[in-house]
Amino acid sequence: MKKNRLFENVVHGVFLILGLITVGCVLLITVYLIISGIPAIKEIGLVNFLFGKEWASTAVEPKYGILPFILTSVYGTAGAILIGVPIGFFTAVYLSKVANKKVRAIIENAINLLAGIPSVVYGLVGMLVLVPAIREIFNVPDGASLLAAIIVLAIMILPNIIKVSMTALDAVPKEYEDASLALGATPTETFFKVSVPAAKSGIAAAVVLGVGRAIGEAMAVMMVAGNVANMPSLFQSVRFLTTAVATEMAYSSPGSLQRNALFSIALVLFLFIMLINATLNFFLKREEK
Amino acid sequence: MKKIISILTIVIIVLCALTGCGANKDAVATDGSTSMNKVIGALGEAFENETGITVTYKATGSGAGIQAVLEDRCDIGLSSRNLKDEEKKNGLEGTILAYDGIAIIVNPSNQISDLSVEMIAKIYTGEIKNWKEISGNDAEIVVIGREAGSGTRDGFESITDTKGKCKYRQELTSTGDVITTVASNPGAIGYASLASVKDSVKAIKIDGVVASEETIRDGSYVVQRPFILVTKKNIKLSENAQKFLDFITSEAANKIISDAGVVPAN
Repeated sequence: MKKNRLFENVVHGVFLILGLITVGCVLLITVYLIISGIPAIKEIGLVNFLFGKEWASTAVEPKYGILPFILTSVYGTAGAILIGVPIGFFTAVYLSKVANKKVRAIIENAINLLAGIPSVVYGLVGMLVLVPAIREIFNVPDGASLLAAIIVLAIMILPNIIKVSMTALDAVPKEYEDASLALGATPTETFFKVSVPAAKSGIAAAVVLGVGRAIGEAMAVMMVAGNVANMPSLFQSVRFLTTAVATEMAYSSPGSLQRNALFSIALVLFLFIMLINATLNFFLKREEK
Repeated sequence: MKKIISILTIVIIVLCALTGCGANKDAVATDGSTSMNKVIGALGEAFENETGITVTYKATGSGAGIQAVLEDRCDIGLSSRNLKDEEKKNGLEGTILAYDGIAIIVNPSNQISDLSVEMIAKIYTGEIKNWKEISGNDAEIVVIGREAGSGTRDGFESITDTKGKCKYRQELTSTGDVITTVASNPGAIGYASLASVKDSVKAIKIDGVVASEETIRDGSYVVQRPFILVTKKNIKLSENAQKFLDFITSEAANKIISDAGVVPAN
């Protein structure tokens, strides 16, 4: 009996430690980001840093304004949501309510595959196919632009949006729909007036998840957006918050203001993600009620 | 019980982490040019594999590296520019390790095949905006470069004297990306270290000189700069540092140097 309890305690302890690893990592990253992100903001000045329109970290007189990055990240994400959400939403409704089993299985597999493609592959295809295509179609000198990034991001967030929305739509009790049909509503009316409103929290969560994915993506965006610190415009080369950190980190020397400013950018990005997570939690909690 | 186990585990983890930072006695300290990161890194690794002596590298910039040698803060300084007369007077000497040749590349469909350094500078600073201004096709010039801090960008901008003045359309993070982009856009111009240039792009002549290992070594191809090892004249290096210096200037190191994308000098 005593031996058994000892064993139980050991197992408990091990599980506790494993659980604490995750918590520890989050804490470590948060504390580290705050500690290393604050000095540069102090030195540059919060207003100059957040609202400065020019970024020239290696110039003789360096400028550290990240407004172009913030706006690019916001516009890029908004654009991706604008394109990705309608496609994802209607696909989810179709798969969950209309499609027969065979079609659903095939499309679901395709979506899972899409979700599993590494972002560098998205970037590569974007660079070799999408960027030249934009150049040809819109007759601009170069296709690496905000538009290219938006299209790549829209495709990347599709699987998230479709899968989470589908789960929410699948969970709508069949009685609701039966009742609606029995009252004489057509199937389409039922889907959009009964099923979708019943699943709206889950669908909102899907959108927020998509936002999180889009704002945090670096690799694919880096390969198609051109990475010049311009103010965002659809056919201009732009730099996102993520790519701003990724492009310069490798060469910035430790302890320099440039490197510290990169940490500050990461901190801003981190705050964005926290905000998005808080929103997500809000929607998920509401669904539970 | 639970508490004891968790505390023990944490102690063990911390101990494991701490043992990672062992002391490296008698390491060869190098300090200087950020552009030499790759070549010194590769050489240091090979040297360590062979002799077990560690080589440390601090990326501080050519000027800071030269200063560090003067102040005895490192064994070998790394400079990606020639020593100034003043620095030589202070008792420093330079050994050329390699040449960093930068190829200027355009799309193969581009008719232009010869440019002068001044023209290239004008293109990159946005003074020349269309290929037709320099008797090419009527197409806007798409200026492709590398990210701030990149050694190739630093080299290119210091050779063409366009530091901080370049108006890039794209700043890409690897040589491969630059080549791919130039290969897929007929109006593009880019730069890349000579060793990585492929057939998918056209390396243009500078003032009529083709970029090659020979023209870089004899100095006739001008978009290049030396990688210099800076030491004090007449003062003996530490035994390990001398070994490292001998190793990297020997013929055996040439392969490593060319693999790092630069032209070996010796």
